Amino acid sequence: MNVNFSDDELVFRDEVRALLRDKYPADLREKQEGGIALGKDDVIRWQKILYQQGWAAVNWPVEYGGTGWTPMQKHIFANEMAAANAPDMIPFGVKMVAPVIYTFGNEEQKARFLPDILQSNVWWCQGYSEPGAGSDLASLRMRADRRADHYVVNGTKTWTTLGHFADWIFCLVRTSSDVARRQEGISFLLIDMSTPGVTVKPIITIEGEREVNEVHFENVEVPVENLVGEEGKGWTYGKVLLQHERTNIAGVARSKYRMQRLRERAARRVHDGAPLLDDRNFARKLASVEIELKALEYTELRTLAAVAVGKAPGPESSILKVKGTELQQAIDALFVEAAGYYALPCVPQQYEAGFPSTERIGSGTETQTALRYFNNRKASIYGGSNEIQKNIIAKHVLGL
Amino acid sequence: MDFSVTDEQAMLADSVARFIDNDYDFDTRQKIAGGDARFSREMWQTFAELGWTAVPFDEADGGLGGGPVELMLMMEQFGRGLVVEPFLPTVVLAGGVLRRTANAAQKDQWLTPLIGGELQAALAFAEPQGRFDLADITTTATNEDTHYLLNGRKSFVLNGGDADLLIIPARTAGQARDREGITLFALAADAPGINRSPYPTVDAHSAAEIVLTNAIAPPDSVLGGAGRGFETLRAAVDDATLAVSAEAAGILRTMHDKTVEYSKSRVQFGVPIGSFQALQHRMVDMLMVCEQCRSLLLWTAMVAASGGDDAASAISALKYQIGRSGRLVAQEAVQIHGGMGVTWELDIAHYFKRFTAIETLFGNSDFHLDRYIDLSNA
Repeated sequence: MNVNFSDDELVFRDEVRALLRDKYPADLREKQEGGIALGKDDVIRWQKILYQQGWAAVNWPVEYGGTGWTPMQKHIFANEMAAANAPDMIPFGVKMVAPVIYTFGNEEQKARFLPDILQSNVWWCQGYSEPGAGSDLASLRMRADRRADHYVVNGTKTWTTLGHFADWIFCLVRTSSDVARRQEGISFLLIDMSTPGVTVKPIITIEGEREVNEVHFENVEVPVENLVGEEGKGWTYGKVLLQHERTNIAGVARSKYRMQRLRERAARRVHDGAPLLDDRNFARKLASVEIELKALEYTELRTLAAVAVGKAPGPESSILKVKGTELQQAIDALFVEAAGYYALPCVPQQYEAGFPSTERIGSGTETQTALRYFNNRKASIYGGSNEIQKNIIAKHVLGL
Repeated sequence: MDFSVTDEQAMLADSVARFIDNDYDFDTRQKIAGGDARFSREMWQTFAELGWTAVPFDEADGGLGGGPVELMLMMEQFGRGLVVEPFLPTVVLAGGVLRRTANAAQKDQWLTPLIGGELQAALAFAEPQGRFDLADITTTATNEDTHYLLNGRKSFVLNGGDADLLIIPARTAGQARDREGITLFALAADAPGINRSPYPTVDAHSAAEIVLTNAIAPPDSVLGGAGRGFETLRAAVDDATLAVSAEAAGILRTMHDKTVEYSKSRVQFGVPIGSFQALQHRMVDMLMVCEQCRSLLLWTAMVAASGGDDAASAISALKYQIGRSGRLVAQEAVQIHGGMGVTWELDIAHYFKRFTAIETLFGNSDFHLDRYIDLSNA
């Protein structure tokens, strides 16, 4: 057992730093620093830069364009990206639907879809949850009725993140109700968002922004070639995807970066005539989150190590999701505390490009802290709520 | 020991409750909050007609002679209704300073129209560098014989944009963070030298950053004794701290009740989610917090009403407790509502935001626990 980087790992780390130094565009870096939301084009530009480097698909098999990295290299990469505050990859294409396609899809589907995902030519979104099927996803009702060479799809998906940017959507659909277990009637279907009958409606979230949507399907015709694997096996494919989703959602590297920024913020904010960082109450809260985060980092490394020797991310990944999201939310709350009254102005216009700095209220992104805290209450709810994750752990790890 | 309220108090509580039920439902509230004006002048007129803007003032001044208990009963309902009208800044904060210090002329000029519902007011209790220390004041008031000149910056002035009257604490003596040397000035908000930048707040209220550049304060604008304004400032803010704690108690109870209702109607896995024992226990935990908070609120209101020296420490105890234990209730309420709890459309999200803002107002839980300890050891 050894906690230090090997020489090779240090060389790799320097390569990642070199990419960030040389290829991370200054305008995107400024937006990230200034809390200005990236547009669709910004995201695609950055993802294409990673693709040029051969680093767009860290976890894919090498034969499809993956990096072939060791767990430690993946860990180093994630840490360096987060430490540079580089944008996160949009996960739906490269991290969620792609593993299902290369694991369960046919050769034609792999050739058709994987290169465009790898190159960020096509934007994907996820069609899982429905208004009546949240935690109980298996109760989903969106129907795909088989005709000769196509399915006719009817139903509604909800909480579709960035569906309004998407070109394609991957959906769990019900192809049969005549089954013993509801899960056996579910199939995995890929749908072009521009197909007639697909309508995207915005959902405004708690902080007033639009990032999720309802997607309505009315007699949408989907070629049978878009079915991945076999009818009725969609639930199994979807579960594999969800386990991958959970590992990503922990967000350890991002949380580490945010803790560092929080320390810097607390060093600048004054409380009782001294930096807030020196206030024992606040310092204790910071320290206890840091320690819990270190523990989570090593839980993640242990999970990665298990995956490296061929084990799929199992139910233990639920631990990463639960603790990871709890820590993210704890950090959000500490940012609000550190900002004091400057958490409370609602001034999103400050975060549009070109806003004059002389009119700025609060320091840095202080006036975003409460809005972010509100929005991120979703983290313990999405990706399989933390309650569902605990059910999974209880059933599959504890055997209860 | 008597927990009963007087007939007048019961009628007051009732009238606010019925107003919320009949005239201030969530849709109405959202329309007002989303409008350009951000609060309703018509609603404010109604408050005045119902006597609510008169509640905490002496009968001799045209008030109703109410105190902490009356305010508590009103604010619990305002929490339940997510009322956005600036009752707190005008009646409790600015009104709290006026009722303690205004002389006859100042009462005529400011207090009478305030009680009549014709005046909006704000108390500038914070500065950019100050965090929660009320004495951390660098705004200066230099004495030019015929008047004072005020220079400095005030931050997060609740209702600052709509106020007709601004009460500005400024330093006539002493160093920043000294309690001595703070003077309270009553200024017309449109006087020269006062620059206001108003903004909405994340909980649908409003505040402003205010810059004073050689703003002229005539001698008759001084409220109370020159250099001795800190105690009044502290007392008015304590009134407001108790008021928002009551508002928060109303919010928490409402969030709890709505969560229980939701859990009975939301069906997943073929049953209402309220049938899951894990969630039942959590909703019971929420209930226990709500009851404990209400108990502490009643105690604090009674201590404050009795006028003793221990009111400040009780108020800090309450603010600490409501913030610390209430945060978990608010978070649980959103969590148990699932994805719906994070949508703009559902009221739960807005209760969550107002509760979160209250956590910070007038000092967060860490600040008030420290203050409680300091006052206990004194």
